[in-house]
Amino acid sequence: MVKVLESEAPARRVALDLPLVRIPDRGPQREHALPSSERVIRAEQLTIRYGTFAAVREVTLDIPSHRVTAIIGPSGCGKSTLLRAMNRMNDFVPSASVAGKLFFRGEDIYRPGFDPVELRRRIGMVFQKPNPFPKSIAKNVSWGAAINGYQGNLDDLVERALHQAALWDEVKDKLDDNAYTLSGGQQQRLCIARAIALQPEVLLMDEPCSALDPIATARIEDLIDQLKAQYTVVLVTHNMQQAARVSDRTAFMYMGELIEVDDTTVIFTKPTQKKTQDYITGRFG
Amino acid sequence: MTGATAVSSSLFMPRVQRRRRSGRAFELLCMLLSLFGLAFLAVLIGRVLWEGASWISVKFLTNFPSQMFPENAGIKSALWGTIWLMAITTLTAVPIGVAAAVYLEEYAPRNRLTKLIHFNITNLAGVPSIVYGILGLAVFVRWFRLDRSVLSGGLILCLLVLPVVTIASREALLAVPKSIREAAYALGATRWQTVRWHVLPAALPGIMTGIILAVSRAIGEAAPLIIIGAVTYVAFVPTGPLDYFTALPIQIYAWTDASQPEFHHLAAAGIIVLLGILLPMNAVAVAVRASQQRKKLW
Ligand SMILES: Nc1ncnc2c1ncn2[C@@H]1O[C@H](COP(=O)(O)OP(=O)(O)OP(=O)(O)O)[C@@H](O)[C@H]1O
Ligand SMILES: [Mg+2]
Repeated sequence: MVKVLESEAPARRVALDLPLVRIPDRGPQREHALPSSERVIRAEQLTIRYGTFAAVREVTLDIPSHRVTAIIGPSGCGKSTLLRAMNRMNDFVPSASVAGKLFFRGEDIYRPGFDPVELRRRIGMVFQKPNPFPKSIAKNVSWGAAINGYQGNLDDLVERALHQAALWDEVKDKLDDNAYTLSGGQQQRLCIARAIALQPEVLLMDEPCSALDPIATARIEDLIDQLKAQYTVVLVTHNMQQAARVSDRTAFMYMGELIEVDDTTVIFTKPTQKKTQDYITGRFG
Repeated sequence: MTGATAVSSSLFMPRVQRRRRSGRAFELLCMLLSLFGLAFLAVLIGRVLWEGASWISVKFLTNFPSQMFPENAGIKSALWGTIWLMAITTLTAVPIGVAAAVYLEEYAPRNRLTKLIHFNITNLAGVPSIVYGILGLAVFVRWFRLDRSVLSGGLILCLLVLPVVTIASREALLAVPKSIREAAYALGATRWQTVRWHVLPAALPGIMTGIILAVSRAIGEAAPLIIIGAVTYVAFVPTGPLDYFTALPIQIYAWTDASQPEFHHLAAAGIIVLLGILLPMNAVAVAVRASQQRKKLW
């Protein structure tokens, strides 16, 4: 299945600058489906509650393959909650419960009996705050591969992942140093290297630049741009310029609801919903 | 704007001098009280050293105790009994206590039952040691027919320190940031892999500190061992877990009880030996904790 999708990728990349789906001019619309071959993740009427409070309400959203999808919205609107549902990290929040469906490559990941451990290798995550392991830089990158039974050479893997995360040159002479000796931006790139070392199919990133200076941010944005050749990226961000710069599609959430999702150019130039327009023009949030 | 600021600032009465003075008074009070505690301790230790130091010799460590000839009396059997107790207590309490903490913290669902268990473990840590002695008498000595063996004694001390080891381990696990667990899980680690490779190593210094302090408390205990009838003036060293035994605190207690004043000096010398075991242990615990704080990265 993965193979088939990869062979399709080049064809889609040619059409990168065109809107994936034409928006029919028929007033307010909150979702639109992608052809099933193009979507990697699909949320269907997904509601996520903490106790009785619904943090995400009936969200239906498709994540297209080999694209960067940005999720924007004011603080507390449920972006992280939705993102963490995609690799079942919400399992570790005791009060969280999920209704509706969430498909990864056509399989409902919340069906009873589904094993989230294998899923998390295929859907990697980069957290808002850099969270390297208090171990060596090399170990940070190689550990995930090692526990997942990686058969290849771990040293090569570490080097490749650090190259991809644009960190290799800065750390190649101190791979055995503790990861906490790195700066915040370096730590975040290390966390990205750690995630891509597993060659996931999807990379979920929750405000990966929020703790970083503009230079480190620019490097990570470059990186995201390169990553989408190989991976599908879902990026939560508070930074509208960042969403506009790096994403192909943008989803706007407000108070737990998905207000609008479309090609990034459309969302930022002619959104169909007033709330979207208000938000991107900075009138609230 | 500036007008409003001026008006509101005149409503403040900083009284910095007075606040400083009361702060200073509190500091002084705390200092005096802690000095009182220290002075008390110094007097106690000084007295024990003065009474017992001259009685410490190789002979004292290698002779068996005697209730007739103080000049030939030693603590060989008590010292070995204490070493046996330490070993049995550590070997049983550490795996059980750490496993309980890992289970409660990492695996168990957070519901009423686990809350109740937490609450009760905390309460158990406050139960007087003599109660454990009575329990051990009924369970280990009589029911399991372990008799007054060093194994019975060790198991009782194990029960005594289990709550402390569990609580200390749990706190050490709690102190490991959630973000490290999440990082591991997000890489497709199982719970056990996460605990084994990241949570336990990060919590280890805290767990070790707890274990050392708990065991050092256990080897100072006399009451529960007296309850099960650990014998005094033992003229042999335990060679197996089912042998009879005596322990340092018991021997010290027995000598304190003797009428001849020479024996009181022996008791003081025994206390010095006991302190000689406890202080290094506590020093190690303090050192482990300090090095952990220095290395703390998150
Ligand atoms: N563990 C939790 N328990 C209870 N409520 C929670 C929990 N985590 C989040 N919430 C609530 O769910 C809502 C959505 O939170 P979420 O973290 O998804 O917001 P967000 O869009 O990521 O916000 P931000 O941009 O500030 O990160 C918020 O109202 C928040 O208070
Ligand atoms: Mg968030």
